[in-house]
Amino acid sequence: MFISSQSSAPSFRDFTLVMPAVAVGNVGQLAVDLIVSTLNMSRVGHIHTDCLIPMAGNNPYASSKEDGEELHTPAEVYAAAELKLAVLQIRAPILQSKTKKFRQLLVSWIKSSGFSRTVVLSSSHAYQRDDQQLQGTPLRYLVTPSLLKGSADALKELGWREMERVPAFPGLTDGNTEPRLCIPGGGITKGLYTDSCKEDLPLAVLLLFCSEGDNIPDAFALANHLNDWLHLLDDNSKQPNKWKIPTSWSLLFGNGIPPALF
Amino acid sequence: MATFFGEVLSVYSRAVEEDDDELDENEEDEQIRRELEEKREVHLHWSPEVSESLKSGNKLQCSDFILAVGQNASSFLSVHILSTPNWDTIGRASAWNERSRAVTGQSCEESACVFYRHKDNPTVLICQVSCYVAEDQLFQWTEKVFDCLQLRELNVTVLSDTSVADYKTADYLGGSSAPFLRSLHTSAFGDQPVCQSLEQPNIVTGLAAAVLNHCQVHRIAAVVYQCYSDVIGPDSVTMETYKPVLTKLGRSIQLDPSPSTDALRKFVRTTDLQSNLYI
Repeated sequence: MFISSQSSAPSFRDFTLVMPAVAVGNVGQLAVDLIVSTLNMSRVGHIHTDCLIPMAGNNPYASSKEDGEELHTPAEVYAAAELKLAVLQIRAPILQSKTKKFRQLLVSWIKSSGFSRTVVLSSSHAYQRDDQQLQGTPLRYLVTPSLLKGSADALKELGWREMERVPAFPGLTDGNTEPRLCIPGGGITKGLYTDSCKEDLPLAVLLLFCSEGDNIPDAFALANHLNDWLHLLDDNSKQPNKWKIPTSWSLLFGNGIPPALF
Repeated sequence: MATFFGEVLSVYSRAVEEDDDELDENEEDEQIRRELEEKREVHLHWSPEVSESLKSGNKLQCSDFILAVGQNASSFLSVHILSTPNWDTIGRASAWNERSRAVTGQSCEESACVFYRHKDNPTVLICQVSCYVAEDQLFQWTEKVFDCLQLRELNVTVLSDTSVADYKTADYLGGSSAPFLRSLHTSAFGDQPVCQSLEQPNIVTGLAAAVLNHCQVHRIAAVVYQCYSDVIGPDSVTMETYKPVLTKLGRSIQLDPSPSTDALRKFVRTTDLQSNLYI
């Protein structure tokens, strides 16, 4: 459940919530890191739950020695009141046996907090794309009927591609293979989307097809894609690198090399 | 995942599978799942006196809770603190999981997670955990233990063993730097840690992390001293790395700062039959 880290509980009424799904390449989580780091958002609370594997570390967004020694937990909420933006960052995998419980926890928290809309940043296995999906942009979106009402024009203007429904058994020409939504490698994305449709929550999913590896470029792509819609950064200078990389993004591929190796 | 020597390791893959729990589970599956969950529950077994006290609604008065996670941390406490008289065993915790081994004649859990209380200063509690607590049991263990403690003015110290292979640093660590200590503390912790803070991008996992999370969220003063060692089993050099912590612990309890070699030898196995990979 949500526990405030400040003296009083923050209000999220009419805020936009951006959250990641723990998915292939951790792209959603990396993109959220970029958002929190660039907008210098402050932490307002923790989601304290038994559904995530425990981990702890010092401040991953530390810019100086003073704020470096601050403990951070697996699921935290950051806010930027001036932008009416709240961000949930999830740093640990969800326990396999608790995915449903975690989705329910999220849905009920989103409902009770009164977010005006929720955006889930996610990803899906690139190798499972079909022939059509191999062409064009790897970015896709999904939107619940509740959010479609308010954002249909904006989405049309952006010219985004909606995530395709795929037949359940490709190749089989059986009558009852109704195309269905499939997000392989997306973790709880599909479940969260269908739950939100059922609960009539305004929720959008932004995902991109990727593979495991160096997912930093994917994170930038997803963050820029989100920015095209939400305009989180009002930077019109067309600088290519407007996102600030957090200090925790170091040594992603191992330690320094022992000199004796060569 | 099974390794070549028959041990079963639970490995974790970054590639996440989409959850398929939309499939209907029949009753039998659900029952099996429920039974498994019950078997994996963490149980606390307190001494009769403590159980009575807890049942009547009085939590354990506690000003200092010292938790040792891992063999070297546990042995360090055994040698320097628990070797002095005046410690009562007041309880133990059991957490069955895939790595629990049924040792004939003695259940593994009996010696694996024990709580001690000081006779003269009953607000000091020590817990030694030398068994493996699975990922899905960590939160439960922490909640159940802290539920029994009176939280006002509580100070938590955790000593935790880990492998130096998990330590990420830009400069290559020569063999001479391990073992070494790093610390992490909650916002409520007002004291000075005895060693350097854990640098980015390193993190703490396991029971130490679960305790830190709980303390951070509930605003309890807690500090974790993580010891990075290149030796897998109990080792006197690794144990001695925790020595600086004695300066902080010595303020509230009597300890033995220079134990005899015999005392150390009791806790260090020089040959471990299980790992004679290289004889």
